[in-house]
Amino acid sequence: MDIYSKMSLLFHNDDRARQVIRTGRLNMPYYSFRGQEAIPSVVCSQLRDSDTISTIYRGTHDMLAKGCPVDKLWAEMAGRVDGTCKGKGGPMHITHPESGMMVTTGIVGSSMPIACGLAWANKLNGTDDVTVAFFGDAAGNIGAFHESLNLAAVWKLPVIFVCSNNRYGEHTKFEETCAVDSVATRAAAYGIPGHKVNGNDVVELYNVTQEAIDRARAGEGPSLIEANTFRFFGHVFGDDDAYMPAGEKEAAAAGDPWPNYRKFLTDGGYASAADLEAIDEAHKATIEAAVAFALASPWPDVQEMYRDVYAEELVP
Amino acid sequence: MSDKINMVQAINWAMDDAMAEDKKVLVLGEDVADHTGGGVVGITKGLSDKYGRERVVATPISETAFTGAAIGAAMMGFKPIVEIMLMNFMTVCSDMIVNHAAKLRFMSGGQTSVPMVIRTMTGPGMGSGGQHSDFMEVWYAHTAGLKVVIPSTPDDAYGLMRSAIDDPDPVIFVENMPVLWNPGDAPVRGSRIPIGKAKVIREGKDVSIIGYGRVIQNANAYAAKLAEQGIDAEVIDLRSVQPWDVETVLASVEKTGAAIVVHEAVKKFGPGAEIASTIHEHLHGRLRAPVVRIGAKYAAVPFSNVLETASVPSMDEIEAAVRSLVGVPA
Repeated sequence: MDIYSKMSLLFHNDDRARQVIRTGRLNMPYYSFRGQEAIPSVVCSQLRDSDTISTIYRGTHDMLAKGCPVDKLWAEMAGRVDGTCKGKGGPMHITHPESGMMVTTGIVGSSMPIACGLAWANKLNGTDDVTVAFFGDAAGNIGAFHESLNLAAVWKLPVIFVCSNNRYGEHTKFEETCAVDSVATRAAAYGIPGHKVNGNDVVELYNVTQEAIDRARAGEGPSLIEANTFRFFGHVFGDDDAYMPAGEKEAAAAGDPWPNYRKFLTDGGYASAADLEAIDEAHKATIEAAVAFALASPWPDVQEMYRDVYAEELVP
Repeated sequence: MSDKINMVQAINWAMDDAMAEDKKVLVLGEDVADHTGGGVVGITKGLSDKYGRERVVATPISETAFTGAAIGAAMMGFKPIVEIMLMNFMTVCSDMIVNHAAKLRFMSGGQTSVPMVIRTMTGPGMGSGGQHSDFMEVWYAHTAGLKVVIPSTPDDAYGLMRSAIDDPDPVIFVENMPVLWNPGDAPVRGSRIPIGKAKVIREGKDVSIIGYGRVIQNANAYAAKLAEQGIDAEVIDLRSVQPWDVETVLASVEKTGAAIVVHEAVKKFGPGAEIASTIHEHLHGRLRAPVVRIGAKYAAVPFSNVLETASVPSMDEIEAAVRSLVGVPA
């Protein structure tokens, strides 16, 4: 039920974000994750507060699933003082260490080297905390991916590399840019487990994630998980999908994880539709309150520009 | 202070003392562990034997991965000292340095920080050619969030390294390769030199010579000769490029009325442009002549000794500048 709850929060948050952007009340680049809800929901359901994650610009779902407060997240998306980062990072750089959300990067592939360091710190501290690096399929073709997998393997770091393969790097198809048919096969080059799973199938994803997290906690080193999925709203908000073959999105809709998991729970008798609706309604209310909180929060003072450049404030 | 040591030893002492005092201090980079030689020129020698291979780690030649790993560890409260063997190799991992180490404090609204040191060597004069000799300090000084220091003597190197390790923000510590083995006064162990504080290494009233690294030591030796000819030059070793000591520089130029800025980085768009402009902005009416900038020529550092020597600032250039500013005939 924790997984469903996270998926519901993510689904409704994405829905609301697109609506609010459309009304002009949020002015930000938005990389919708709609369709990828299962991956962070399953992964983060198995993480502790003290476990850390790093993610990328298409990462709002990862942040929320890890426990980043919805109101502060919205205030950050709105560029206001009550945002996680006082409005100075924005949606591509959300940080919330209290929930283990350590870094969000706008650079493809760069969540991974830093995740190695977060995981190295866990190891040096002698804890069994783990770190998850979230990234997309396009990052499998950048040097940082290969260097990080190798370093994590050589140092036996407690890190799990979670690749959401949504079939496109910006507007270009996975098959046109990757020499192999699966990101997961690249794990073999670094002597670590590589799992290719249906990233929309909660049960399949859960089992693989558990194995990778257990392995990391036991000090046995990193794993790579390729979770295959689809993004329903293109690369960035406003994307016209012209680069997608006709019918691809419609076909992918059959695998949409949120309605499917909902059906799985009700059909299997794990939950009643009413129970799930109650969860949905609670999240919708939380999100509405967060939107109101964000839009009522003050804009930053211009002097804020000179703070946090260094520990010691700069004199402008 | 009568003992002489070189910069290799001084930097080693600084890391050794910091590691002894604080278990959070880590060292990582190519070949830095003792079984791999203790660094390419031996600056980290003895550290892994003393503090263990968990804290002193020889990495793969993967600058992006290990610089990123240092950033992550720093965010979690460690104090990594990363050796990026040569400054040109920083281009390979500039994303980690420029987009991440420099900006995470700001972009997180002060929630995270990256207290790490990047040690890196460079410098023409060793016949290393165009990809092993560049001074690129201005690239990093230009990026808000980074600090850049370039010591020219062993005791400055020790004190600046201790301050760099203590610093809550990322510091790029540039080791000037051709002077690494020059003897100098031994530092007082435990001493610190504040980042951003210049040192007036020679007082004078006729002209200010401002710079850092090897070339300012050469200029200082040259100033002693000028004194014999009755020219009284003031020589300032900035030691830090970002932040740089505006106050000390302006006070000096206000007194002398003339300034030469010299560095081994390329003159065009170089640090000297920022320094000279600042002087002009503040002291325009008090200058006898515009500030003279001397830097490396606008070319890749050449290999051939003749060309390499010609590419970097020479004493002839400094001498010509001094004579033009002081008005003494050659």
